[in-house]
Amino acid sequence: MRQTTRSPMRSTSFLHPLPGIRGETLILKTITTLVLAAGTAIIMIPFLYLLSTSVKDRDQLRQSPPPLIPIAATTVEINGQAEPLFQVTLDGQVREMALIKNRPEGKGVFVDPAFPDQTHELVIAEQTALKHLEIHWENYPEALKQMKFSKLLVNTLLVTFLGMAGMLFSCSLVAYGFSRFRAPWLNVLFILLLSTIMLPSQVRLLPTYVLFNKLGWVDTLLPLIVPQFFANAYDVFLLRQFFMTIPLELDDAAKIDGASPLQVLMFIILPQGRPALIAVAIFHFLYAWNDFYEPLIYLHSPEHWTLAVGLQTFNALYAVNTNYIMAASAVMILPPIILYFLAQRIFTQGIVFTGIKG
Amino acid sequence: MQSSIKPPRFSLARRESLWAYAFIAPWTIGFVIFTLGPMLASLFFSFTEYDIVSPPKWIGLTNYINLVHDQLFWHSLGITFKYAVIALPLGLVVSYMIAVLLNQKIRGINIWRTVYFLPSVIAGVAVALLWARIFDPKFGILNPFLAQFGIKGPGWLSDPQWAVPALVIMSLWSVGGNIIIYLAGLQGVPTDLYDAAKVDGATAWQRFRHVTLPMTTPVIFYNLILGLIGTFQYFTEVYVLTNGSGNPARSTLFYNLYLYQNAFKYFHMGYASTMAWVLFIIVLGFTLLIFRSSDAWVYYEGQLRGR
Repeated sequence: MRQTTRSPMRSTSFLHPLPGIRGETLILKTITTLVLAAGTAIIMIPFLYLLSTSVKDRDQLRQSPPPLIPIAATTVEINGQAEPLFQVTLDGQVREMALIKNRPEGKGVFVDPAFPDQTHELVIAEQTALKHLEIHWENYPEALKQMKFSKLLVNTLLVTFLGMAGMLFSCSLVAYGFSRFRAPWLNVLFILLLSTIMLPSQVRLLPTYVLFNKLGWVDTLLPLIVPQFFANAYDVFLLRQFFMTIPLELDDAAKIDGASPLQVLMFIILPQGRPALIAVAIFHFLYAWNDFYEPLIYLHSPEHWTLAVGLQTFNALYAVNTNYIMAASAVMILPPIILYFLAQRIFTQGIVFTGIKG
Repeated sequence: MQSSIKPPRFSLARRESLWAYAFIAPWTIGFVIFTLGPMLASLFFSFTEYDIVSPPKWIGLTNYINLVHDQLFWHSLGITFKYAVIALPLGLVVSYMIAVLLNQKIRGINIWRTVYFLPSVIAGVAVALLWARIFDPKFGILNPFLAQFGIKGPGWLSDPQWAVPALVIMSLWSVGGNIIIYLAGLQGVPTDLYDAAKVDGATAWQRFRHVTLPMTTPVIFYNLILGLIGTFQYFTEVYVLTNGSGNPARSTLFYNLYLYQNAFKYFHMGYASTMAWVLFIIVLGFTLLIFRSSDAWVYYEGQLRGR
């Protein structure tokens, strides 16, 4: 009888035949949210520390433990000297007073800035030191000037975007070749291509260096750009997987209209493959922007350095200026972060990673 | 109508092949110039004494014999293994667990995902410099945090005992890349499998253990292989943090850093090539081992259909 009057809501609960499952799901979702929130703190606090350190001055850098918000002790001028200001409880009244002298046993001499002649001896630990937000934005221009940022930026942009052009050009051609044609040995070559992903780069690095040295390219940007015009396994694989999902009917229609393979690539595959092309372009940007090893071995003189090498050297020379190092680091990570937020969906929805399976 | 078109010089299949080879030519040429050629050259260098300036001098197996007697070689290999044994499984498990959480249907899931992937886009020098400050015993934030739980934090990067664990912690912060790949794998698990499991009354744990885990073994396999290779190439962070020295007390002299020092600090290109080839053999050995083992634990959907 019940079965005949089953409401649509009941019928969906057919999927959860155990009475506990609804509640279980809710508990799991709550736990998930809590764990994710805790992890978010672990991820974000280093960023917060980076930012706050980058806007501190020398005195603030000496605070230990370092506050996550750039604060400084509030001071007031007493007899021409800057003295720290405290919130003091005196005779049941809360007043702001300056600490002008330390005494034994944790005591100190306090005065009211309005009446500098009346001194009061109080236990320092019982009073609250006044702090205020103090942000030194001027660290940024100073840090960028010291590390000769603009030159480094130009080099990094050249390497990144010329390399990106080369990568997109060569990898689309190769991925097209591997996704749309039949030819003897093509499968073997594709497996060979994939196997290079697993090749430790060291095994080809040194002779490549020797080659570029012979060509006179060491200490120029060319060793970082030119190889990009010869495709790479990661990007070819990603593009090929995506190109395979483009319906063959589109190619056939174009071919019937007399399109050559090159025209099919230009007018069908590349426009249809846009999401994958954007994705590999972004990954290349991140790779080239952050790359350190190759710029380190190929670029010797400061005028050819990229940001990664420049920043590392800046730190090696002026490590004590933590505020400047952190300011420069913040600037360096900004473009990837902006790009990341602009292209979020590519990362969070994993559209282009599906090819990795199997 | 068709008669005006000349008969093709090549057969259709032949022409298709030629187009294919033409399109993949950039890679084929690049493979010969930047992979195959250099691989053979470095194999040759490994039997020579070579400082780039003067031509390589054949010395037979000398480099290999020296390598076996080189304390620093074994030391650096040991550090790399130690790091691999801790960081690799830990990174795989942590990123997998986060990916599972990020695959739940909860409110604001895209915001959580955005946060968790964020560290992976900024890998490199800036991150290493940031963590150098975080680990600082006096002005960093890690030890004051530990102190709140009554733990006295070590000197981290200045303590030979704790330098490698510090690097492991740093690597865990940047596991976002692994998470992305895992998440793609998790999203590829057909929902009807979950529905079927629910109908059978499977609990959340059972669904995870018998549906999610087996269905995502291919991505675990993928991350394991790439993680292994990445570990043996570990370089940037440790170079930045120690200024290329591998200190304190050579406790962070990773294999790749020692190789770099030999090649580009002392210009012992022959010896460094020997190191590169030994590394290649080691990585290849491990990779083959994992591939061998994959039959036992990696599940491919296609196999089901074959049954």
